[in-house]
Amino acid sequence: MTKVGKPEKLIVNGKRLDGRDLEEFRPITIEVGILKKAGGSAIFKFGGTYALSAVYGPRTLHPRHLQDPRKAVLRCRYAMAPFSTTERVRPGISRRSVEISKVLKEALSNVIFFEDYPKTGIDVFIEILEANASTRCAGLNAASLALAEAGVPMKDLVSACSVGKVDGKIVLDVANEEDMYGEADLAIATVGGEDKIVLLQMDGIVTKEEFMKMLELGKKSCAEIYKKQKEVLKEKYKTGEEDVSD
Amino acid sequence: MLATENYVRKLIEENLRIDSRKFDEFRPIKIETGLIKNAEGSAKVLLGDTHVLVGVKLSVGEPFSDIPDEGVLIVDTELVPVASPTFEPGPPDENAIEIARVIDRGIRESKCIDLEKLCIEKGEKVWVINIDVHVLDHDGNLIDAGALGAIAALLNAKLPKYEDGKIIREETQGKLPIRDIPIAVTTGKILDKLFVDPCLEEENAMDARITITTMKNGEICSVQKGGIGHFTTEEIEKAINFSITKGKELRKIILGE
Repeated sequence: MTKVGKPEKLIVNGKRLDGRDLEEFRPITIEVGILKKAGGSAIFKFGGTYALSAVYGPRTLHPRHLQDPRKAVLRCRYAMAPFSTTERVRPGISRRSVEISKVLKEALSNVIFFEDYPKTGIDVFIEILEANASTRCAGLNAASLALAEAGVPMKDLVSACSVGKVDGKIVLDVANEEDMYGEADLAIATVGGEDKIVLLQMDGIVTKEEFMKMLELGKKSCAEIYKKQKEVLKEKYKTGEEDVSD
Repeated sequence: MLATENYVRKLIEENLRIDSRKFDEFRPIKIETGLIKNAEGSAKVLLGDTHVLVGVKLSVGEPFSDIPDEGVLIVDTELVPVASPTFEPGPPDENAIEIARVIDRGIRESKCIDLEKLCIEKGEKVWVINIDVHVLDHDGNLIDAGALGAIAALLNAKLPKYEDGKIIREETQGKLPIRDIPIAVTTGKILDKLFVDPCLEEENAMDARITITTMKNGEICSVQKGGIGHFTTEEIEKAINFSITKGKELRKIILGE
């Protein structure tokens, strides 16, 4: 396939275009509780990918016919800001954002105790403010933290990352050029850093063996994200004397 | 949870399926092509009682600015109200969009259509392939049925003549350049059991599903997990094996072997 602006090589001497090793994350930034109005909020960044999530609710769900008398209903909206990419994104919903919202909602539904809040709605909003690939993973990490900050009862946190096949090599945390010109990319999320996969999407051509390698790297790296998420939450709610470590 | 859902889960726990299939067994598949004369390609797929009709329409349009020398592929799915009491008229909902995008990815990522051959004038004019998956009767596993229909309709499609800026639909210039046959295989999960080709009752009762699309050489070109439940690595490996073995069988049906 001929594509405009493809770099000759994406990996040179074992280093990626941005200088990273194959199994290295971009710098990760996490902040929790940054919005005043939202019940919970968080920022999650993978390098130049910047996701913001806010959680409203549990609150009375309108219109009422959407209510479930037995449990809460989760709604999830993933959206990209118009200025988040080089070509302006048209505001509003796209088919891509509808699909991503759906899979993220399913991943988060795995951990929420919905039965605690009948007839209510929990709204998770994810805004991608700057996009440099792996946006759904950053968004899911932010949403999971925002739900925790909102005090929504959850079994555990959801942690996500992306894995790619680039120049024949398996790499962690796919960046823009790697996403565009690489052979394959995979988004994965696990619960509590364990072997419980709640989000899994891949496109591009790989063998079964390569896929299993990508899965292993993804799982291991989700566990790293999980650790970071927990550290940030513990730090946030640390009180003077209390020992909050495990 | 409804009584049927409980029943389906109880059966699965005892290693039984509601329609007495084996866990690695698809429902009977029937494919007919070329039924819609006004479409450049078409296929009807019966997967048990699931019935989809897929049409391929070809037109001439502009390429994407970042790939100026390739034809354009568009996949849409309509869950028309004739197919199920749960389908409502109106624009596609998240389910229809997900189905269309998973079918699209299987075809696109496998590079089964040689899109470069569908360029008429670089940056200006290319063939646009519209694949429309019309669900007529919904008895579960619309992704696999739709994906089978899509590739069957592509193989059936004839490219019309194009002369002096006009499409001459009465005359063809041969088949579409198809070089692989991607096959989507969906595996459902209930408790810790995995089974292929979930029927509607199983779909309503299942914890999660995973669709894995494979190519002729057994390589994987697309994966999509759906549903609220989780998969373990071991389960995913099992689902991959299902997709590779079943993919081979379904590819033979497509080719009429």
